[in-house]
Amino acid sequence: MTTQSYALRDSTTMLRRNLLHALRYPGMSVGVLLIPILMLLLFRFVFGDTLSAGVHAVHGGYINFLAPGILVLALTAGSVATAVSVSMDMTEGIINRFRTMAIARVSVLTGHVLGAVIQSVIAAVLITALAIGLGFRPAASPLGWLAALGLVLAVAVAMTWVSVSLGVSAKTPESASNAPTPLVFLPFLGSAFVPPQSMAPGLRWFAEYQPFTPIINALRGDLLGTPIGYQGWIALAWCAGLALAGYAWARRGFNRPASG
Amino acid sequence: MTHQNRPPAIQVTGLRKAFGDKTVLDGIDLTIPEGTVFALLGPNGAGKTTTVQILSTLIPASGGQAQVAGHNVQAEPDAVRSAIGVTGQFSAVDKLLTGRENMLLMADLCHLSRDEGRERATQLLEEFELTEAAGKPAATYSGGMQRRLDIAMTLMIKPPPSSPAPFILFLDEPTTGLDPRGRRRMWQIVRDLVTDGVTIFLTTQYLEEADELADRIAVLDHGQIVAEGTPEELKRLVPGSHIRLDFPSAAELEAAAAALPGASREAPEAGQESQEGQEGRLGESFHLRIASDGSVGSLRSVLDQLDAHSIEVTALTVHTPDLDDAFLALTGNPVTETAPTQPASR
Repeated sequence: MTTQSYALRDSTTMLRRNLLHALRYPGMSVGVLLIPILMLLLFRFVFGDTLSAGVHAVHGGYINFLAPGILVLALTAGSVATAVSVSMDMTEGIINRFRTMAIARVSVLTGHVLGAVIQSVIAAVLITALAIGLGFRPAASPLGWLAALGLVLAVAVAMTWVSVSLGVSAKTPESASNAPTPLVFLPFLGSAFVPPQSMAPGLRWFAEYQPFTPIINALRGDLLGTPIGYQGWIALAWCAGLALAGYAWARRGFNRPASG
Repeated sequence: MTHQNRPPAIQVTGLRKAFGDKTVLDGIDLTIPEGTVFALLGPNGAGKTTTVQILSTLIPASGGQAQVAGHNVQAEPDAVRSAIGVTGQFSAVDKLLTGRENMLLMADLCHLSRDEGRERATQLLEEFELTEAAGKPAATYSGGMQRRLDIAMTLMIKPPPSSPAPFILFLDEPTTGLDPRGRRRMWQIVRDLVTDGVTIFLTTQYLEEADELADRIAVLDHGQIVAEGTPEELKRLVPGSHIRLDFPSAAELEAAAAALPGASREAPEAGQESQEGQEGRLGESFHLRIASDGSVGSLRSVLDQLDAHSIEVTALTVHTPDLDDAFLALTGNPVTETAPTQPASR
């Protein structure tokens, strides 16, 4: 019996461990929801009226433009928690326990990934519900909802593998908590709050070519029932690329033997 | 407990490890029979933990061969992993989970059935006196309790006594940071495991610990094994016992040296080559050492001599060689790193 045949069982065990952590210490998981919720309230009630002028009434009110962006923000915000918990595992003695056991090694990471994806999806559902409560009116067809869910999953998986790789490479949990900051900030420089067309030329170029703009545009189209063209494919390509890069980097960092 | 036709639990030849251009292990040879306790003794930085890390498949060796439970650590790491348990220097418990949850996590990772896992968890928690604390997060445990939980978790891996499969337990400085009571308790745990037929590879800085527990001891210094043998054999490597006398002044010392045949004065630099290094550096101490078997008769004759000459003595100590002496004699002291491992002559 090789250890690879235990990959599924060991991953489930590690997932259970991570969910137990989240249930026992909900502070971190709840904390990551704070940023998207605050942003939602801030942009809905403080900046919303001013911004909506620039967004036109195309989407039927600024909240409809805003909500999908906030949704993506909720998916990136979780990366801090993931990076920190992976880093805590990597820097404490328990990782050496796992490494000296006849288990599928990758299960340590897949357990984190599965746990984080589940929490991300829960966060996305909560944020969507809150947005609907604040006047968000999605007009998605059943297929649109399905596409949106698929995209949320893809983004969650991509973000999680990237944050796992950041957690694996961080020397301490403290630095792991800072590493995902660019990731969390990136949607702000995309189409989350305003269309890139309204930005200064340099920034606009950046916004149009960074991963989160097609992701947000596709999600927005899916939820509002508007055509998205090939934005969906670009978004999925970005997700696949980020997930693979994160996976490769995380695996490399994880298998690198501890020094000393 | 002996398995005649089985390979040794651990067999190491010419093991080398370098981190960059820093050589940490420089050709180590070890043979550890099944069911015995082996202690690797050495100062900080000698390479003890590195040895454990290589033998437990955590890091690759730079050279040499290492077989654990008959499997090559580099070629068949999974086969090695299923025969070993490791409790490192740093606590390997999940502090966010309770004691019982930690045990059940291990049961799942050992691929035990649900019922078997629960049963073993309950039993081990009981054995390690953790039943009462089993429902509390491990973060609230004392150092000793965490260490016990750590070992209990590792023992989840141990095959049942009825199984013929070998089990090798690596304990890397298991009592570092424990109070004396916790240490004694840990020793008892180790002894109980040996009666169960477990092979134990122990690293320690404490000679007393190696003396108490080990069948064989190897002294590791600067990446090389400078001595290996039973505790008794190692003790024999240092010179016999002596009496040490301290005097208040040089005059008393001179008088005593004249009165006592066989007394030897320590040269001011004596600290360089003997275990008296600490005292030697004080400079202002006036002391003599007299070879003695430490018996009451020999002590009395020395004291009688001193009395007869009215010599004042501030302190008298009887030194019998212990592993500390052996250790210091073998590993040398920092002043003379290149000193031969021969005990200093006086």
